[in-house]
Amino acid sequence: MDLAPQTLLQFHSETKRDGALQFTVIGRLDSTTTGRIWRQAMEAIGRTKALQVIVDASGIEYCDGSGIAWLVHLQQLQAARGAQLEIRGLHAQFHELLSDAVTGEPLFSTAPVAVRRSFTEQIGKAVCEIFQDIGRVISFVGELFLAMVYAARHPRRVRWRDTLKIAEALGVDALPIVVLIGFLMGLIMAFQAAVPLGQFGAQIFVANLIGLAILRELGPLMTAIVLAGRSGSAFAAELGTMKVREEIDALKTMGLEPVRFLVVPRVIAAVVMTPLLTVFADLVGLMGGSVVLLSLGFPLITFFHQLQSAVSYGSPVGGLVKSFFFGILVAAIGCLRGLQTESGASAVGESTTSAVVSAIVLIVVTDGIFSVIYYYLWV
Amino acid sequence: MADESIIHVEDFTAAYDGTVILSQVNFDVYAGEVFVILGGSGCGKSTLLKHMIGLYKPTQGRILIDGADVVAADRQERMDILRKFGVMYQSGALFGSMTLLDNVRLPLEEFTDLPPEAIRLIALMKLKQVGLAGFDNHLPSALSGGMQKRAAIARAMALDPRVLFLDEPSAGLDPITSAELDELIVSLARNLKMTFVIVSHELASIFAIADRVIMLDKKVKGIVATGKPQELREQSDNPWVRQFFSRQASLDG
Repeated sequence: MDLAPQTLLQFHSETKRDGALQFTVIGRLDSTTTGRIWRQAMEAIGRTKALQVIVDASGIEYCDGSGIAWLVHLQQLQAARGAQLEIRGLHAQFHELLSDAVTGEPLFSTAPVAVRRSFTEQIGKAVCEIFQDIGRVISFVGELFLAMVYAARHPRRVRWRDTLKIAEALGVDALPIVVLIGFLMGLIMAFQAAVPLGQFGAQIFVANLIGLAILRELGPLMTAIVLAGRSGSAFAAELGTMKVREEIDALKTMGLEPVRFLVVPRVIAAVVMTPLLTVFADLVGLMGGSVVLLSLGFPLITFFHQLQSAVSYGSPVGGLVKSFFFGILVAAIGCLRGLQTESGASAVGESTTSAVVSAIVLIVVTDGIFSVIYYYLWV
Repeated sequence: MADESIIHVEDFTAAYDGTVILSQVNFDVYAGEVFVILGGSGCGKSTLLKHMIGLYKPTQGRILIDGADVVAADRQERMDILRKFGVMYQSGALFGSMTLLDNVRLPLEEFTDLPPEAIRLIALMKLKQVGLAGFDNHLPSALSGGMQKRAAIARAMALDPRVLFLDEPSAGLDPITSAELDELIVSLARNLKMTFVIVSHELASIFAIADRVIMLDKKVKGIVATGKPQELREQSDNPWVRQFFSRQASLDG
């Protein structure tokens, strides 16, 4: 039987001769029925501004938390206005619920609410946090450096089985996406450049553009960004979950340094695999460009000849050197954010996001630094 | 029971972000006993445990394990101290990507120069001791909560430490599994003469296993009672402590 709320609960509001407002409630006062009478009662009190409110509760058959909340609210409202509330005939069992709510500890926390910080203070705090984060990064880099030196001196203590597994996930499994993106980047750039260069009859110079852009910049950069999204986030999530599940604590109390045990294999895997992936990205990027030139009627040999004359060995080697550092960055930042995870499932999500964002920012900044270094080295 | 103090906590104070959790705590754990740290939620039981195993630095005080200072230890001393104890974490904290055998094998591989077949055999024996013979190739996720905790105890025992720390072994377990775990603890303590330091709030299990308890309280920020659980129930000066222990006893029938 599905009764409408109105039929489950009857509510009458009347003003008595002495000016008192009387509410008569009959039926079930629960979460489906209380909303309506809550609004009606408030409206009636607001309209009459009665100093004496009487609730005839003898007809209430059932009353749950929302019904009690209504009564508590009436009490608080009347008390705040300096007016009276009288509840008549409430059943003993409901009365107990009501007195539990109003006696004893106050409902609200009486502790002072945290003071709102001024704008200046907020900026100061944010700046302090940035410096603290930089401090943590520096000490982590130091720790990682020591662990890598230790690994170089005691290669048998490195967990090679883990390293290989990670290298597979980070390198081999990433190959299809890196190849796809590299190929499309080369293709799209060549295609876009062909039209404006064609206006000057200089379409063959697409090969120069592709060669320089892919080998120097886009190959290493795109590979690193794909890795940050794929593996940096995976490292942060994995280590973060381990932190939340006390596994990092367990490692520490077993005397196994998390940096040596977890971070070193990941960094080694990334350092080896990132330049390799970059080589693939470079090659397929050039292939993408060559497809466009072929379709424009240039034979492959012309493309290669043009490429050889435009690109020195410095470009691919410089790109690979960069990708080596990008690999360290992506793995180290992913692991650092994972180890910094606080408790709770949402913390793992935050670490993952932060790992990808910081990795991409650092990759671009490092790329800028390398551009300046290369400029002074080569020009 | 020998009266040799294996863990000595002196003048211990711990604070998070300026809020003092525990203040001026002093106690000793004697070799071979099952020692329980008891108290309600938020009284600092786990905090105390994490300080004792050296994960956090106390604001003040000294913690000695088998005579070595956990707080002041340098890197090498810390390594030596770590070998004296094993820890079972509340969640078990088994490494999820490794089988049970690999989990138990790990500390042996890292800290001993035993040949691989010896390490394998020792790890298998530890698993058998906690009643998990035949589960060596299972991943932790394939096991029930109680079995994961047993496996975590096996891993903590891998190097035969003098002390085992257990953080809420019965948390999240049904009463029967929890009672089985209690039996395991009692039999390990009796047969291997290992010292157990257990954080718990399950009175039923405390009466079953504890030689001695300390009871922490949030208001006092320290110890309100020390002694055997039965004695505390009957003879404590503090009526609240008496009531606390006997309430559970009456529930047990």
